[in-house]
Amino acid sequence: MAELVLQGVSHSYELARGASAVARKKPPAFALRELDLRWRDGGAYALLGPSGCGKSTLLGILSGLLRPTSGQVLFDGKDVTELSSRERNVAQVFQFPVVYDTMTVRDNLAFPLRNRGLSSQHIAQRVRDVADALELGPALDKRATRLTADEKQILALGRGLVREDVAAILFDEPLTVIDPHRKWMLRRKLKEIHRQFRHTLIYVTHDQTEALTFADEVVVMSTGAVLQRGTPEELFLRPAHTYVGTFIGSPGMNLLPCQLVTRDAQVWAKVGGHELGLGDGVRAALAQRAGESPRLELGIRPEHVTLEPGDGAAGVPLEVTAIEDHGRFRIVVGKLGGEAVEGGPLVVKARLPGGEPAAAAVGQTVRVRFAADRVCLYEQGHLVAAAPLPAPPPPSLAAASDAAEASP
Amino acid sequence: MALVLESVGKKLGGEVHLHPLDLTLQPGTMNVLLGHTGAGKTSLLRVLAGLDRPTSGKLLRDGKDVTRATARERSVAMVYQQFINYPSLTVRANIASPLRKRSAAEIAGRVRELAQQLRIEELLDRLPGQLSGGQQQRVAIARALAKGADLLLLDEPLVNLDYKLREELRDELRLLFGAAGASAQAASRAAGHAATVVYATTDPAEALSLGGTTVVLHQGRVLQHAPALQVYHRPASLEAARVGSDPPLNVFAGRVRDGAIELGESLGGAARVPLAGHPHLARLPEGEYQLGLRASDCRLRPQAASDLPVRVQVELREITGSESFVYVRAADTASQLIVHQDGIADCQLDEALTIHLDPRRLLVFAKDGGALVSSYHEGP
Repeated sequence: MAELVLQGVSHSYELARGASAVARKKPPAFALRELDLRWRDGGAYALLGPSGCGKSTLLGILSGLLRPTSGQVLFDGKDVTELSSRERNVAQVFQFPVVYDTMTVRDNLAFPLRNRGLSSQHIAQRVRDVADALELGPALDKRATRLTADEKQILALGRGLVREDVAAILFDEPLTVIDPHRKWMLRRKLKEIHRQFRHTLIYVTHDQTEALTFADEVVVMSTGAVLQRGTPEELFLRPAHTYVGTFIGSPGMNLLPCQLVTRDAQVWAKVGGHELGLGDGVRAALAQRAGESPRLELGIRPEHVTLEPGDGAAGVPLEVTAIEDHGRFRIVVGKLGGEAVEGGPLVVKARLPGGEPAAAAVGQTVRVRFAADRVCLYEQGHLVAAAPLPAPPPPSLAAASDAAEASP
Repeated sequence: MALVLESVGKKLGGEVHLHPLDLTLQPGTMNVLLGHTGAGKTSLLRVLAGLDRPTSGKLLRDGKDVTRATARERSVAMVYQQFINYPSLTVRANIASPLRKRSAAEIAGRVRELAQQLRIEELLDRLPGQLSGGQQQRVAIARALAKGADLLLLDEPLVNLDYKLREELRDELRLLFGAAGASAQAASRAAGHAATVVYATTDPAEALSLGGTTVVLHQGRVLQHAPALQVYHRPASLEAARVGSDPPLNVFAGRVRDGAIELGESLGGAARVPLAGHPHLARLPEGEYQLGLRASDCRLRPQAASDLPVRVQVELREITGSESFVYVRAADTASQLIVHQDGIADCQLDEALTIHLDPRRLLVFAKDGGALVSSYHEGP
């Protein structure tokens, strides 16, 4: 197991193909723009982003399948940039299970351990341990071809986990093709195994739930750049970029054009003609900001929009256009009342508790409040002010949280 | 078009894919087939499409037997998991391909309308290969809609899409077909030919989000056919509740005796829930039951006086930023439970603590067979 470091790494498939500067009319496209990243030994990390964001390129560079156009890959301080996957000693688990169909489950698990000078007794014990951890024990003597699709993926996970000496295990969307109810079990297995064996794990996915639940720390990527690196809580409460705000969360963060105004010696956010209060933490962050830009975006998560009870004048008016009842919660979608805004009405989504009776109906105008301390302010996509995290992160997360936010 | 299935069964090489089942699909409705992989969703869709003939039973379309009619003879369109389009045709030509015997102006108008609905107007002159997965699937859906078929079948159409794209397209499908905002369907319905939509998924959240009615399929059997929220609040059986719960349903055994549900054996200690004070439990006959409680009805902090405290040990904690999932084991038992709560769960691995179960939300199932005995929700 090892600490993994990327230094000044970038990648262009065009340049890798050897397209000469003369032949190219345009500057080369970079699938990965220059970045520095460090993953600590024994941590559980995720790379999160949509298709084409560069996360698989990054994984390829870590695993040794791709040589970066620039920069170095260091494993425990040793430069491995020129080494193959095998020489780097990384294990990989892919979206589609890689198993030997004609072999038994036992032989599939033992295979990565053979020819490594281990005693057959040791191999048998290790296979038994991993099979037990993954609840594959009863299937050990089955041929892999007889397994269901998700059993095969569990076996592929087992093949990744079985070697104790690997520098890291890289997962490329391993649960994408798995049924939701099995994902719960598999995620749990992965976590338990991580606790038990303490491999350095890097998990690539487009699925926020998988990334956030799996990792102590998540790197969010878009168009070849790292937008934010942080704990799930940081990504949720203080998205460094509007993209992170909308990508994380279901539905994502509401973003509304806003202006800052000063009244009664305090700063307020003006949205669609309404002056909204800001929490002390947000105001403190604003006060420290150098420079001024009148045009900002206000970000507020649907979880932090609440209904004002009664017919009072508190909050801002919202004309409800749709309600989605998910049983446990409801998503209320509405148009913000008030001054006309360029580009049509401002749409706001609120995530409200489920249960009876529904607190709003389609067509009705309700009044909503934005939690003042959970407002985030953005300038050209970048976070300029937000309240600090509510409480120090719990110890288990603190260990992995010198989350230097890489600037995009 | 009403579609009625009468004891429709499907066997293949001695293996039962569908046990004889009865199902009525009302005209112009949204029906979600919800079930795990291998539950029989695709088998049922293929029988509905006429791609496979059932080994038993009859299919009646508006009362007429169509069991032996081929796919071609039926008015059916299908969208698959894979993004299937004509690779050498432009998006425009792809959408127009099912439109025949109409004037060019009519075809152009219909293509524009569908492209608008699926937000691919900007892409009409491109080839499918130049599109993202989400865009390709939009084209496939637009083409299926262009066919104007009576029956539109979608087999896990979003499963191969990125999470965020899935969310976005699901929202739009809800507006296109769902119960919530069936504007597109309403126009067709007025014209007398609203399609009956059947949508297969493994994801309970998708069933709730799309609305309409949910058909719960499990091991080739229909466990329940009811409005989506009813399946959530009044699952017909323990198995139906499991299929419809994400995170998984917490299940434990209990015995009703002396005016209370005794849970000591499954949850440890002297855990018991008095029947009095809970209308849906008050009249439970004595005996043994299986109890279901959703993860979101288990909490780390008490909320109501009636909460049932249970001593547990924390086995795992997952935090998404907005929510936490805490996996616990009831002290001195083998019962594992999941606690689902908003915000950051304040607990540590291996910590012993007390969780609080909300008895007002208990689902009660028969010990044998698992049929629903009582739900907190009255139902229709």
